[in-house]
Amino acid sequence: MSSTPILVEPFEEPERQREAMVFGLWLFLATEILFFGGFFFLYAVARMQDPVGFAKGAARANLLLGTVNTVLLMTSSATLTVAERAAQAGWMRGARGAILATLALGTAFLAVKGFEYREDLSEHLFPTSPAFPFSGLVGATRFWSFYWFVTIVHAIHLTIGLGCVARLLRLDLPRRWMVAEVTTLYWHFVDIIWLLLWPLLYLVGP
Amino acid sequence: MKVDDTGLLAREPDETSYLTAGTTLRSWLLSTDHKRIAILYAASITVFFFIGGAAATMIRLELFTPAGDLTTADEYNRLFTLHGVIMVWFFLIPSIPGTLGNFLLPLMVGAKDVAFPRLNLMSWYLYVTAGLFTLAALLLGGVDTGWTFYTPLSTLYSNSYVLLAAFGIFVVGFSSIATGINFIATIHLLRTKGMTWMRLPLFAWAMYATSLVMVLATPVLAMALLLICGERLLGLPIFDPRVGGDPVLFQHIFWFYSHPAVYIMILPAMGVVSEIIACEARRRVFGYQFMVYAMLVIAVIGFLVWGHHMFVAGQSPFASMIFSFLSFVIAVPSAIKVFNWTGTLYRGRIRFSAPMLYALGFVGLFTLGGLTGLFLASIPVDVHLSDTYFVVAHFHYIMVGGAVSAFFGGLHFWWPKITGRLYNENFARSAALWLFFGFNFTFFPQFILGYLGMPRRYHEYPPEFQVWNVMSSTGAVVLAVGYLMPLFYLGYSLLHGERAGDNPRDATGLEWTTSSPPPQHNFHEPPVVRSEPYAYHDWDEAPGDADETPQTDPA
Repeated sequence: MSSTPILVEPFEEPERQREAMVFGLWLFLATEILFFGGFFFLYAVARMQDPVGFAKGAARANLLLGTVNTVLLMTSSATLTVAERAAQAGWMRGARGAILATLALGTAFLAVKGFEYREDLSEHLFPTSPAFPFSGLVGATRFWSFYWFVTIVHAIHLTIGLGCVARLLRLDLPRRWMVAEVTTLYWHFVDIIWLLLWPLLYLVGP
Repeated sequence: MKVDDTGLLAREPDETSYLTAGTTLRSWLLSTDHKRIAILYAASITVFFFIGGAAATMIRLELFTPAGDLTTADEYNRLFTLHGVIMVWFFLIPSIPGTLGNFLLPLMVGAKDVAFPRLNLMSWYLYVTAGLFTLAALLLGGVDTGWTFYTPLSTLYSNSYVLLAAFGIFVVGFSSIATGINFIATIHLLRTKGMTWMRLPLFAWAMYATSLVMVLATPVLAMALLLICGERLLGLPIFDPRVGGDPVLFQHIFWFYSHPAVYIMILPAMGVVSEIIACEARRRVFGYQFMVYAMLVIAVIGFLVWGHHMFVAGQSPFASMIFSFLSFVIAVPSAIKVFNWTGTLYRGRIRFSAPMLYALGFVGLFTLGGLTGLFLASIPVDVHLSDTYFVVAHFHYIMVGGAVSAFFGGLHFWWPKITGRLYNENFARSAALWLFFGFNFTFFPQFILGYLGMPRRYHEYPPEFQVWNVMSSTGAVVLAVGYLMPLFYLGYSLLHGERAGDNPRDATGLEWTTSSPPPQHNFHEPPVVRSEPYAYHDWDEAPGDADETPQTDPA
């Protein structure tokens, strides 16, 4: 079993502190849901106003790389959960290994995303590019605006997540496994957003 | 820690107050004590209040004469944008939650601190960083879009520092979210023994409702600002109508935040006023439970009325009808609150102290501001009044007459607790009356101006409007003097004021059971709550018959 958790002001019992941390993080996730909710609202409006053009634009998204990334992120969620449970159970070697695996998978996601961006740009799939293949097509233009906005914002979230996960390596995990628990919660959230983006971005085109 | 006879741990009596617990600059700037953070907030919002006030003074000076002689049209645009941005995000939204909320909420629920003290300190740093970005935008030459950043002006045409200002507001949003998360978690998890939900003071409930709105609305503003930055910086066409974007979509997203933001400003004010009226009328709050539900209902319906800002923006008439209806609906809980405050006064033993004068002023001005809101919620009337001075007068009645009066009232009410000293009551009463007079003198003529058709946001106007503008500008001078008055007598009190006892107002809340100023850990020992928050005297008791029961005593 793990040793006594470190208590932070104003808490006097570990259970209460854990409850507060998890509750606080859920409140933060509520703001994130509203934040991404706004993006999904934009998506719905754009797709409803010109469904055909939208699908034409979406058909150019790279399904293969998108799917590879989905697999990477889902696996990273699993490894981080392993890390969190291992930390709670006091198995520090396992926790470290699983954290390192998570970091590797998250970084791989960003790398794949980088290659995907390079390919998108080489095909001029940026709405302001002079050679944008869909110029004048409203739905496709809005799809690609949405694509760039939302994937960049997601990548920023993931990068912050990587920082938080990396921080776990430097903590006294046996006594601060609660931090691992809330980090995992955030990481899962970023993954779930991607899980919603995957069909919305890559499975729309014919 | 000592062990007493019974073998239990006894707390060391902690006699140093939070003010004397450390005197270095570092002990203030790195403090995670909610009371010190409140003082940091108070100092910084005061600075921003006077910056925003200076811009307002320039605006009123320009409008003294019909010709645009003091500023150019472009400078005038930058002035009112500055005024709006600073006053909304850097004064009003953090005003009561950041100062009184931070200071009082843990005391009122009987906690040692907020749930996440370090996050609380971070929220102040985010606020200051954001303020510096916005000030930088101002010093470099300002922003000319108005505080609403409407597209396509903000994305395509404006040649001012939109990005910098938008980024500042994006960051200040995180400060507000941090405060909101902290307050909700504090109320849920750190209430002391016996402090049930229905024993929470109404101020704590107001902070709860406000925090809900902060947490759920602010991220949508963040997204809207991000989209503006993306469109300006990368040219990604979300709102640009030339490539199929929709400028009205921005207004929808913007007001989805900014209408609830009005409730971020007014709900805390309602909480403050409820505390003051109950204590100064020596009466139990009339309809406590309804006051609670009314605040929660306002917080929820506040999310559903944003479309009333867009009646003339080209949204579907059916949508407009629904938004109009819902805007009438939200007047119901607001009216419940006004009636209950009035009901609380009935058979009270009213003390016309300075905070009470502010609170009574609030009730009147909020009622006027709220009722003129109904004019604007009604579509045919709004078509005539949209974008006129009527709108300006309406929201200043709510935000200045309402929120700022309540903030001043709360500041006076809890001043002895915060500083440990009393202020000069006669000066304070005169300032309260002076401000009430100056406020109406400034803003009532604007209702008439708007009704006569003077549009807002122009630096010149036809000569027939001059008489009302001269009245309004003269009133603004009175108002400006009024806002300077507390600086003097409160400043004097800070240095030379008479020492206040623990409970100079004979109030019932937990914050009055500890010393003034409170010790670093708030209470010498954790308080236990044994009764409801407003045990002054009941409706059927004669005013002089009963005495108040502190929340720590059984009823």
